[in-house]
Amino acid sequence: MVANAMPQKIILTGMVPEVARAPIIRIGSTLIVTVLEDLHDRDALDLQTELLQKLEEAGSTGVLLDLSVVEIVDSFLGRMLNDIAVGVRLLGAQMVVAGIQPAVAITLVELGLELRGIRTAINADRGLVLLDRLVRQSDKAFRNSRADARPTGAGGVRGHH
Amino acid sequence: MVITEAQVPITGEDGIVASRQRAREVARSLGFGAVDQSRIATAVSELARNIVRYATDGRGEFVIREVQASGRAGIEIIVSDNGPGIADLDEAMRDGFTSGGGMGMGLPGTRRLMDEMTVDSALGKGTRVTIRKWRR
Repeated sequence: MVANAMPQKIILTGMVPEVARAPIIRIGSTLIVTVLEDLHDRDALDLQTELLQKLEEAGSTGVLLDLSVVEIVDSFLGRMLNDIAVGVRLLGAQMVVAGIQPAVAITLVELGLELRGIRTAINADRGLVLLDRLVRQSDKAFRNSRADARPTGAGGVRGHH
Repeated sequence: MVITEAQVPITGEDGIVASRQRAREVARSLGFGAVDQSRIATAVSELARNIVRYATDGRGEFVIREVQASGRAGIEIIVSDNGPGIADLDEAMRDGFTSGGGMGMGLPGTRRLMDEMTVDSALGKGTRVTIRKWRR
């Protein structure tokens, strides 16, 4: 199958073995993960580890997780998506899940998994736009907090010595 | 070819994926739409995972077939194991209840996805869950 052959060509950083069903590619400061096939539980766990390791290694600021070809998200995978989102946030990056199919969305709601706290977009294009905005907002908040700290910190206190 | 019946042994994680994919194929060939295919496959995934996680040897069986009742056609799936059984069914059916580190939405979630669900369980003997969905 084509899907199985693809990951070999797009491995960009070595060391960490790829989850063949969900290759991770790096473009600039963004990691893009496309889930290509029905994930076994261990694939989802491996993906979590590999994604967070790559994020840290590459110093990426954003992750786009494309689920547009995923036909089943059960409570296990739903919980993994949540855990991955939390992990990405703890590493100071932003994540957007893109392309959840309508049938999958309905199933998730009925299952009781609302995936609160996960940012979503209808497709990968919009996902990248949203991700870019989230990263910019985060950068801006960081710059503002440094600007606010300057007058009281560096300037004021030192002046008395 | 129309697939209307299938029997799949559930052994370990591969069994979870195999059974949900099979359920989806059968649902599709019985004429269920995309949303119902997703509901049925997800319900089977939840039940198969219960077996892999709780049944003593992590093994079970999954039977899927077409059913007819009062002029309606539907799908029936029976997932069974020879595991420890469920001690308190009412508790197991409650949202948020879990005895194995999961999210506690296996059984209640499955019931919401399907039209009918029956659980037969005997302590020390095993559990059999029957789920049905009728075609609209």
